[in-house]
This record gives sequence, structure tokens and C-alpha cells, in this order.
Amino acid sequence: MTILAIVRTSHGDTDRARRRRRRVRRTWGHPWLYLPLAGALLLMVAPFLWMLSGSFKPEADIRAVPPVLIPSEPTVANYQQLFSKLDFASMFTNSVVVSLAITAGNLLFCSMLGYALAKLEFRGQRALFTVVIATLMVPGLVTFVPMYVLVANLKLTGSLLGLFLPFLAGPFGVFLMRQFISTLPDELIDAARVDGCRELAIFWRIVLPLTKPALATLGIISFLGSWNSFLWPLVVAQNEDQYTLPVGLALASSGQDFTRFGVLLAGSVIVLLPVMIVFLLFQRHFVAGIATTGLK
Amino acid sequence: MPTETLAGRREAVQLGAPGPERRAERRRFPLRRSARSRQARAAWVLAAPFLALFAAFMLLPLAWSLFMGLSDTQSADLRTPLAVSFIGFDNYVRLFQDDQFITALRNTAVFVLVCLPLTLACGLIAAVALDGGIRRFRAVFRVGFYLPVITSIVAVAVVWKTLLDPHSGLVNTVLAWFGIQGPAWLADTRFALPVMIVMAVWRNLGTVMIIMLAGLQSIPDSLKEAAELDGAGPWQRFWRVTFPLLRPALLLTAVTTGIGYLQFFDEPFVMTGGGPLDSTLSATMYAYKQFGNGNYGVASAAGYVVFVLIVALTVLQFRVLREKE
Repeated sequence: MTILAIVRTSHGDTDRARRRRRRVRRTWGHPWLYLPLAGALLLMVAPFLWMLSGSFKPEADIRAVPPVLIPSEPTVANYQQLFSKLDFASMFTNSVVVSLAITAGNLLFCSMLGYALAKLEFRGQRALFTVVIATLMVPGLVTFVPMYVLVANLKLTGSLLGLFLPFLAGPFGVFLMRQFISTLPDELIDAARVDGCRELAIFWRIVLPLTKPALATLGIISFLGSWNSFLWPLVVAQNEDQYTLPVGLALASSGQDFTRFGVLLAGSVIVLLPVMIVFLLFQRHFVAGIATTGLK
Repeated sequence: MPTETLAGRREAVQLGAPGPERRAERRRFPLRRSARSRQARAAWVLAAPFLALFAAFMLLPLAWSLFMGLSDTQSADLRTPLAVSFIGFDNYVRLFQDDQFITALRNTAVFVLVCLPLTLACGLIAAVALDGGIRRFRAVFRVGFYLPVITSIVAVAVVWKTLLDPHSGLVNTVLAWFGIQGPAWLADTRFALPVMIVMAVWRNLGTVMIIMLAGLQSIPDSLKEAAELDGAGPWQRFWRVTFPLLRPALLLTAVTTGIGYLQFFDEPFVMTGGGPLDSTLSATMYAYKQFGNGNYGVASAAGYVVFVLIVALTVLQFRVLREKE
């Protein structure tokens, strides 16, 4: 770095404007890039602005031609209706329970197998890893039908258990955790072994605390995936008290009983809010985790 | 250096020394074997919960689905799933004689061939712009571009339907400012599939961007600086230095996005139901409709066709994008 700085300054660059341009570049990057990027950002988030403004609009504004972006009389009536008419509170609880169960299951079971595949020696190790990874290519709909028959026969279609049990452990998590744990030094584990630490304790007390970035990544991905999943809960949930948020929203918007658009948009905001908070809180770990796991 | 001498000495001891050393060697072997078996036992204990779930909810359904595809299973057989008759490849024959399935395959192919390169390109451009192009407000752009990824498809559908509404929708209003009469996007066979493609790019480019950003950040600056000192321009630096090093990240995203795109389902399911006139009907959508109609055998067969296509695409991508030796 210092050599570079010397090379740069020794160029005999005394021109003031040029130096200023360099300073601008150091703090801002390429200034001309902000305009197209801002345009792209606007296109990307326009639906969200629309969602947010629509959720505060009175019904008259929503069907207005031409459409209005800022509600003429902002109202929270849509949000109130959500809770009074759709039993959103119970759907919210169901979503939280199902997502947390799936996230916890994936974190625990995938890191356990991931550690075994990365650091322990046993027969069939390679074959096991290959089979698990190969199932990443299996389309959800291939296993969907038999899984439904299975869950129906286990009499789980009437409980929340049927919503999360099949998804407690997925191949992606194993891949992620195994890749990350492979990068940890073997010496650490050997040292613990020499000190008389038991195999399972090595995993729990030494390896697991070191995998936090990967756990954050996997946790976010599992939580997002399960929070937003809707096809399985749509088919399996039989009673209203098992509906998750996306199911409730999907059924409300499919028009069996007419729901106002403002209410649906308010529902969309509520569905988005928790995952957005989770993402914003953990995004640093998320990017770091992907950097160390996904690319090797 | 010290480890080398140590290893050398141990080797000498093992080879040359008689007597006590050899006895020690004999004693060490069973010890090591017990250590190894202890490790293996721990490994299976750690693997057990995953394997139980994996066997029940992945391997069993996978085998079962293969069997269903070769049988005449209907929804009426739900409670007695094994009391069905084996009909060989009849379901597959029926599939490929069904014009609707051929249409579904064609739509899926168009979707993947257009959408996959487009998503990868947009994600890569976004990542490069955010990594090396700008210095301020990076987090704002990153979160904004990633927002669609974390949004429930149901919420997306609600919003996009209002945006695309032919009369009061924002899209046609904006087009009208420029004197363009926008179509009824989702009810027009010419526009419905392109709308799905735009939606999918919008929904997935954030994923590509995040992985590419991680890949870009793992490239040491010194490499790019060295190339700059050697007189390489920005264009050359990107294509000759950065891009080749991004290959693993690119392969990873191409494979995972490809796997997702061949299962093209969410967008038509929530937006059009496969219509108008099957113009957005995908292969998995077809399978789901057969499931809904109770034809579990045909649905499983169609699912397996998609499975085979995914394996083929993945193998192809590994062939094309893997680093050349």
C-alpha cells in the first residue's frame, strides 16, 4: 500500500484539480455511478413504496385513476381490519412457531452432521456427503406428493407439527456447515482430544462457538425460507387455527371472501416486517458467512 | 523446518529400530483403532437425527415418488398408498403425448434460457458497482437490492397485481405519460410470460449480488493494483483478473439459480395460475395441477422429468464453468 502511494505521488502530479478528483474518488468512488444505481434502486423498491403507501390509503384512493402515491387521508383502518377480520394474531404466532422450529432444527442437526462430515473419520463419509448434496437437485414437487401422503397418514395434517416436521433438516444446511467447519484448523480439535475432551464435547464446546458466522447465515436463510414458505402450509393446514401468515394472506387475496386491497397491502407489510428486521440485524454476519462458506 | 526433522526421526525410528520401539508400535496400533472407532461412533451419533429426518422426508418420498410415477396412484389411494397397480412407463408416455405438458416444458425452457443469464448479469453488475464503483451508501443499495429476495411471494403477488392493473395500476399510468397504452399484462398471452421473467429477475438478482459481493471481497486488492501498475485498464482488469477469480462464485450461483428456475412455480402460481391459455404454465405447475386433480402418478412422473432436467443442467454448467485445468 505504501509503495503504491509513493509511486502515485512521485508521478509529479501537482495539479490541484486532479488531486481533488482523487480525493472525491477515495471517499465516494465513481460519482457518476450514483445516478444509474439510484435509478435501479428506485425500480427495485418501487413495489415496496407502493405497498407501504397503499396500506395507509383509504379505499377511495386505492382504485383512483390516476393512482396517487401519497394517501389523501392516511389511515390505519386497514391494519385494524387485519386483526379484527382475519385473526392475524394467531397466524402471526403460528408463523413464528413454525419458522423458529425449522430454524432451530436446521442449525442444530445440520451443524452436527456438517461437523461429522468435515472433521471426523468414519466409513461411508464421502458417500453420505454425496447423497445429501445430490438431493439439493430434487425439485420440491417430487417429494411433495409422497410427503403429503405420509403426513396425512401420520395424522399430522391437523397440527402445527405437520407444518415444520418435514423441514427440520435440509441438505443445504449440511453443505454450508460442512464447508465452513472444513476451514477450521485440525490442530484445534486434536489439541482438545489430547486434553481428554470427549468427541461430542469437542463439537459442542469448541467447534460450535467458532461457527457463528456460518450459523448466522444458515439461520437467516432457514428463517426467511420457512417464514415465506406457503405451498406446503397451504395444502397441509386444514383448520384456520393452523394458518401461517402467507397462507392467510394467500387465501384472503384469492377472493373467496372479498378482502379490500388496502387490507391485503397492510397484511403484506406485516408479513415483510419481521424478516426485514431479522435481515437488517444480521446482514453483516450474513455476508461474511457466505464469503467463507459458499465459495470453496 | 523443525517438523521436518521430527518426521524424519520418527521414520528412522520406525524403520530401523528393533526391540522396544517395535513393541510400542504394536501397542499404538490398537489404541489408534479404538480412537478411530470412537470417532466413528461419535460421527454416527451426530449424524443420527439428521439422517432420521432425511430418510423419512427426503429418501423415502424420493423412492416413493419414483414408484408412484410408475403406478396408477390416484388421490383415492391416499389411505392405502401401496394397493395400486404397476403400469410401467405409461405415465411418462402419457406425459409426452399431452400437448399441455409439451407447452409447459417449452415455457419452462424459455423462462430458464432468458431469465438465468439475465439474472446472473444483473446481479453481477450490481455487485461490481457496489464493490468497486461506489464508496458511500453501499448498505442502502445492498439492502434495497436484496429486499425482494426476503419478501413473501404472496405479498409480492398482492403488490404486483395492483401495480400491473390495466386501469389503475402504476405501470400503465407511467407508460401513459409517454403516450403508450399499456396492455392488460397478465391477461395477454404475449405479455404474461415476460412479466413472470421480469418478476423473477427482480426477485432473484439480490441473491446473485450477495454471493458475487462475497466473491469480490475475497479477491485481494493487491492483485488488481498489480495489474494496474502493469498498465491494465479498468476493462482489462475486470475481464483478466477479477472475472476469472469470480468463477467459483459464478458457478455456485449459476447452479443454484438454475435449479430454482427449472422449478419455475411461484410466480405463475400466485399471479396467473398458469394462464392465460397456458402461456405461463410451467412443468412444475403442470405437476401441481395433476396433483390437484388427484392424478398422483402423473404428477410424480412430471416431477421426475423436471428432476432429470435439473441434473442435466447442473452437469452442463459444471462442464462449461469449471476452471480449465
